[in-house]
Amino acid sequence: MLRSALTLLALLAFAAPALAQSLERPVTNFAEKLEIGISTDEISITSDFRGADLTIFGAIDGFDASLLAQGKYNIIVALEGPKDNATVRKKERVFGIWVNTNSMTFELVPESYSLSSTRDIETIAPPRDVANMGIGIDHIRLVPLGFVGDGSSLGEFRNAFRRIRETSGVFQRDPGGVQFISSSLFKASVRLPANVPNGVHVVRAYLFRDGLFVAAKALPLRVVKTGLEQAITRAAHDQPLIYGLFAVTLAVITGWGASLLFRKE
Amino acid sequence: MTVYLPIAELSVNILIILGMGAAVGFLSGMFGVGGGFLITPLLIFYNIPPVVAVATGANQVVASSISGAITHFRRGTIDVKLGTVLLCGGLVGASVGVWLFSILRRMGQLDLVISLLYVVLLGSVGGLMLWESIGAMRKAAKNQPTPLRRPGQHIWIHGLPLKMRFKKSKIYLSVIPVATLGFCIGILTSVMGVGGGFIMVPAMIYLLRIPTSVVVGTSLFQIVFVSAYTVIVQASTNYTVDIVLAFVLMIAGVIGAQYGVRVGQRLRGEQLRALLALLVLAVGIRLAIELVIPPKDIYSVVSTGLAF
Repeated sequence: MLRSALTLLALLAFAAPALAQSLERPVTNFAEKLEIGISTDEISITSDFRGADLTIFGAIDGFDASLLAQGKYNIIVALEGPKDNATVRKKERVFGIWVNTNSMTFELVPESYSLSSTRDIETIAPPRDVANMGIGIDHIRLVPLGFVGDGSSLGEFRNAFRRIRETSGVFQRDPGGVQFISSSLFKASVRLPANVPNGVHVVRAYLFRDGLFVAAKALPLRVVKTGLEQAITRAAHDQPLIYGLFAVTLAVITGWGASLLFRKE
Repeated sequence: MTVYLPIAELSVNILIILGMGAAVGFLSGMFGVGGGFLITPLLIFYNIPPVVAVATGANQVVASSISGAITHFRRGTIDVKLGTVLLCGGLVGASVGVWLFSILRRMGQLDLVISLLYVVLLGSVGGLMLWESIGAMRKAAKNQPTPLRRPGQHIWIHGLPLKMRFKKSKIYLSVIPVATLGFCIGILTSVMGVGGGFIMVPAMIYLLRIPTSVVVGTSLFQIVFVSAYTVIVQASTNYTVDIVLAFVLMIAGVIGAQYGVRVGQRLRGEQLRALLALLVLAVGIRLAIELVIPPKDIYSVVSTGLAF
């Protein structure tokens, strides 16, 4: 009972707009449970980091052996970065020069998103369900902030946002990144991009049985960048005045020092 | 060999940055300019975000101007009183400039305004300098003497109130045009990352009629303080000063400048000015082309939460 309540809660959390549809379907007390684990809840990344794969292990409990043998179980694992508002700007030619004319701000979208699944997510479950749950780069919720007029340009700004984030490598997908290593044990490789943002990421795993969503599990993962560069970034944001004074002092010493040094010659 | 720039948030080849700093340092030593107006566009060409290029350029200007300012101070060729009036205008201008910078950045128009200002400024200053130096070269070829200073006729500026006596410059002048000049240069420092010497020096000579002997030292005095102030304010409001980038540029710049000075002493003044004019025009044209050709992607994305 508790578990079904949790499943419902999970449904609520992941798919609030899809609630109407999920309620139409009888909520069965699924036997399957999903467990995932990462070796650590915090990873430190050095400043020369060039991207890496994060491996997440998981297991399906209470599975139906015959369905498993037929490959009816599918898993999607997503690593969602910390959320922030993002503004998309569009340039247009004005009097011969290219000027940013229109913009749209999307509210609290993940700064990075890596998706890994047993196969192409569109074939795991009906596209409508996947979309309603907000799984996949094409279905990340992009809610515009403020007034957007008649909303006719919403589509182009959303597409541009997804395309740019995918080209820059912070949004990635890997159909085939989740593999079963024994009958019910699986391993998911999620790509950490080179420019992975600092902060609390969330690993979300979803279990589908024959196209039907049955269980989900989420785990937080802190990404902390370390090293000199990171210390500088932190100083610039936390102690901006001291940072600025230090930058000026450095310039004064360099300029003055050089003039003293070269005069002696 | 790459180095990660923490504020610009990208990896760059350190050799290219060192080369850029050394080249601009060499040119600034050769022509006796601060080099901010060259370093900022070069950084933008190298894909450093304009917001970071401008604030970091101001930091580089501090390093390249300080030794000159100290030399002039020792020689007594700084009019501190005049410099202070310029500086008062400059600090107000820099504050307004940083405020404008934040507003334009939020509107998404900062990159455009920076490029436009550079195109207008480099185009007009480069054009005027080229015109003037070609004229001087022609006269030199005809063996005519080049007038060093125009006759001291008075213009409307000398009729303004609030006059003050500047002993070192031996001049009795209203503080209004002096502070206004400082104010305008202050805005340019914070919005464009330039010291502004290439505008301030001619303005002081031709508009305010300040003796040439104190002009360079006094303008350096103002530049050092205004750019230092700009760096601090930019760092505290926009977080856009990249200290790693600035340090690499500074080191290469001050060394390059020492060699530039030696070469500069062997060239004739008008030839030097013509060369500098061509260089300034070339940078301006390159920036203008960038504004006109269709961009690779008409869309761009920025994170707009904590950073603002």
